[in-house]
Amino acid sequence: MRAVGLPALGALGFILLWWGAVLVEVADPVLLPSPAETWRETMHALNTGPLWHDLWQTVQRTVVSFLVASLIGVPLGIALGAQERLYRTCEFVVDFFRSTPASALFPLFLILFGVGEGTKIAVAAFGAALVILFNAAYGVMNARRTRILAAQVMGAGRVRIMFDVLVWEATPQILVGMRSGVSLALVIIVVAEMFIGSTDGLGQRVIVAQSLFESGLMYGVIFLAGALGYLLNLLFLILEKQFVHWAGK
Amino acid sequence: MSGGIAPRETALSIRGLRKAFGGQPVYDGFDLDVRRGDILAIFGPNGCGKSTLINMAAGLLPHDGGEILFDGRTVADVRVGYVFQNYREALFPWRRAADNIRYPMRRLGLPAAEIERRLERLSADFRVRFDLNRYPYELSGGQQQLVSIMRSLAIEPEVLFLDEPFSALDYETTLSLRALLQDVLKGREVTSILVSHDLEESIVLADRLLMLTRRPTSVADDVPIPLPWPRTPETLGEAGFVAIKTRCLRVFTEAVAGA
Ligand SMILES: Nc1ncnc2c1ncn2[C@@H]1O[C@H](COP(=O)(O)OP(=O)(O)OP(=O)(O)O)[C@@H](O)[C@H]1O
Ligand SMILES: [Mg+2]
Repeated sequence: MRAVGLPALGALGFILLWWGAVLVEVADPVLLPSPAETWRETMHALNTGPLWHDLWQTVQRTVVSFLVASLIGVPLGIALGAQERLYRTCEFVVDFFRSTPASALFPLFLILFGVGEGTKIAVAAFGAALVILFNAAYGVMNARRTRILAAQVMGAGRVRIMFDVLVWEATPQILVGMRSGVSLALVIIVVAEMFIGSTDGLGQRVIVAQSLFESGLMYGVIFLAGALGYLLNLLFLILEKQFVHWAGK
Repeated sequence: MSGGIAPRETALSIRGLRKAFGGQPVYDGFDLDVRRGDILAIFGPNGCGKSTLINMAAGLLPHDGGEILFDGRTVADVRVGYVFQNYREALFPWRRAADNIRYPMRRLGLPAAEIERRLERLSADFRVRFDLNRYPYELSGGQQQLVSIMRSLAIEPEVLFLDEPFSALDYETTLSLRALLQDVLKGREVTSILVSHDLEESIVLADRLLMLTRRPTSVADDVPIPLPWPRTPETLGEAGFVAIKTRCLRVFTEAVAGA
């Protein structure tokens, strides 16, 4: 009860604060519409307009880029982590690009992939893959040494140790990496939808609503993007709890 | 020093062993023979190289020189068991206790029926009363270490290494595990090398006690322990035990603590 009750109270407080600000007219109603108006306009756009389509496009792009990132980042991270010397060699490059704002890469990826779906997904996948790779490699490198020795003394060879010990030892960290990766992918996709040749997606919808002074809708889409990010994060938290039952024990 | 054990009776034979860390020698020409079926206890101060010795013998750590042979073979061709001090980090928490015990048998390629047969026999021998289908973290420390011991014995090792297996457990648990372990090791005649920090335990659980000095490590004393098996809590009060303990304490004060 408390797990749901307190956060709900916080959310209610936020909405009341918002409503209060509208009532005392802190800002121009065009800039700050009321919660009710935001709700009405957003529901209207969902029921009639292309907002569902936009939401679905953003979800799809995020999921695809996340999957690409995981397919590259997880195996590569594990392989690099298993050879610490090799990882140390690549570490600077990985760290450097991990720290580079992905948005700064848009022009480069536009040249490589042209204006279209490919670019958005490629940039998001690139950013997320580095985060996932980094976490997977660290998960493997931090594997409990005793466990590796135990497997070795029980007759496991290098490959077996990799699949029977290292992958499992790294799983909690890999899931943390995936959680960060999916959040980052969403951020990059929404920005890409705003600025690189898009006709749909939540990012595009925010920009369009803003330019048409549909501020209720603009706020609604922002919250929708927020809810999407929150749910993706929550999904991975639940996955971590369910799947990695042994973590920290 | 080895007391002239006949070659066929020797399960493990170490000759001229050398090992150094960063130029600092730990072993510089170390010899040891372990008789088949014996439990050898190794007792020595922190950092003298007890773990290093059994890790080299078990093939977990390379040595710089000398040879370590198991009845003429190197460790690669021998089934060895190893019980780690830190059971929490030695078991696989993502596998159930029973699957932890099955793991080395699967690596050995034993048929499933044989694996189950051995698992049942181990549970009976160790009088397991908890559910082996639980995950290790659902078990008490003593139960976890018991699972580790069962796992190490599942492959019917030719030599079993135990590195301070009871040091993280409370006294009551230690006593009951000790009793179970001696029954099984003596019943199955498993050649064992037990590293211990507890002098009483080293005497009670062993056929022979090796007392090591500080680095560079040498043998301070090599004590035969001809007390009858099984050894019980009463053994600790018997004259034979007390005499051995007195001798060991004297050696300890002279050669180990005094140095
Ligand atoms: N990987 C290593 N690198 C450098 N020195 C090491 C390494 N492993 C062990 N040593 C050193 O070798 C010596 C022997 O270590 P070892 O762990 O074998 O001691 P031990 O007798 O098992 O001690 P303890 O009773 O504390 O378990 C110690 O002085 C230790 O510092
Ligand atoms: Mg040690």
